[in-house]
Amino acid sequence: MTESSMDTAARPSLDRRFRLQWEAAQNAHVLLYPEGMIKLNNSAGEILKRCDGMTSIAAITADLEKSFATTALLKDVVAFVGMAVEKKWLVLFP
Amino acid sequence: MVGSVPVNAQLKTPGPPLWLLLELTYRCPLHCAFCYNPTNFARTGPELDTEHWLRVLREARALGAVQLGLSGGEPLARDDLEIIIAEAHKLGFYINLITSGVGLNETRIAAFKEAGLDHIQLSFQDSTREMNDFLSSTRTFDLKSKVAALIQKYDYPMVLNVVLHRLNIDHVEEILNMADRLGAEYVELANTQYYGWAYHNRQQLMPSRAQVEHAEAVTKRFRERDGRPMKIYFVVPDYFERRPKPCMNGLGSIFLTVTPDGTALPCHAARMLPGFEFPNVREHSMHHVWYESKAFTHYRGDDWMKEPCRSCPEKGRDFGGCRCQAYMLTGDAANADPVCDLSPHHHLVTEAVALAEQPQAAVAAAGGDKGGAGAVERPLVFRSPANSARLTP
Repeated sequence: MTESSMDTAARPSLDRRFRLQWEAAQNAHVLLYPEGMIKLNNSAGEILKRCDGMTSIAAITADLEKSFATTALLKDVVAFVGMAVEKKWLVLFP
Repeated sequence: MVGSVPVNAQLKTPGPPLWLLLELTYRCPLHCAFCYNPTNFARTGPELDTEHWLRVLREARALGAVQLGLSGGEPLARDDLEIIIAEAHKLGFYINLITSGVGLNETRIAAFKEAGLDHIQLSFQDSTREMNDFLSSTRTFDLKSKVAALIQKYDYPMVLNVVLHRLNIDHVEEILNMADRLGAEYVELANTQYYGWAYHNRQQLMPSRAQVEHAEAVTKRFRERDGRPMKIYFVVPDYFERRPKPCMNGLGSIFLTVTPDGTALPCHAARMLPGFEFPNVREHSMHHVWYESKAFTHYRGDDWMKEPCRSCPEKGRDFGGCRCQAYMLTGDAANADPVCDLSPHHHLVTEAVALAEQPQAAVAAAGGDKGGAGAVERPLVFRSPANSARLTP
């Protein structure tokens, strides 16, 4: 999925089969699922914890840019959300 | 169904015990001949009480354990399972219940949901006759169907596990059709691993190569069907491979199991390994167990390795395979897992596989029976307290 083909008003939500959790022992967010675990890097964790099913991709991006005092994150967020939807970590609400 | 986890096995200083398995009890309503539990289970000590298990959970969580398996025996035999689940949930574990489903009713599953259980893996760990019953839609099928319906009603992912062996592997198509009918999201077709009771019954359980290839072909066909979301994991029987499995990602790397009497082990079967006083959680903290006890530190890194593993470029991938298999088959746990065709003991594996190519009566006649009893076909020995006591005087 490319930036142009994804509606940035869509609201991503963690699929109900996954649980996102901060693990101090690993100094990372992890995704937990039946008998498995995915250790997330910092940016993946920061994006996923904002995917509450109510906040749009555009709003998530704005929040990240504000939190990390940076700009032009939309392309990265869209790419990550596209990958996460493909892996079924996320579902998109229109 | 094992997810991606960081591999720490090459490090002497390990990460956390990410995977904690509690074998809460050896009690079990089934008597599977392919069970990996030790054949001497009837000779182990009394079960830990609730307070012990709760302390194990707290201490392991503090070390960074996060995936929790509740198993046995049949964990439903413990009437404090709800208390254990509730504490584990409060601590932040992701909780997997690994069960045959026998004893699971609506009252209990509702209580588990309420307590925070995350996932139920329903196993079809039936003996041959029960499997036949099941495949011919009799008693067992009804029980499993009811449990499967409860699992769906309480919105758990439907994860089925079927242990495959010589006597049921030809039914893979029926098994997968049944899984489909039950609405399974994941099916694990787990070829028998030869430990405990399964090792004792290895000759009767080992499929022929043609059987394994047929099962793989059927599985492939199911995977390629359109529009079916069912995910199938086919756990290959390692005896048919040329390289060993990276067992536990190396002992003491990510996995810690506590057995019913409180003995802590670095893998399900490790109790058999000689040279260790395995730590018991009644006397030791989980910190001691994981970071200090010889049973957990000895096989970290590669100082323990012998040739051909020591100088092998693949040692970082498979860690020399399984220590228990090396010990059972070669008598030395530091040897290469004989599944590896670089092992000087590899013939022990190929001979066992070759034996499986013959009809079973001929196997016994050829002296395949360990006791050398001649033309007497050796019966399956089912897992039971009585057989356990008999096998371990």
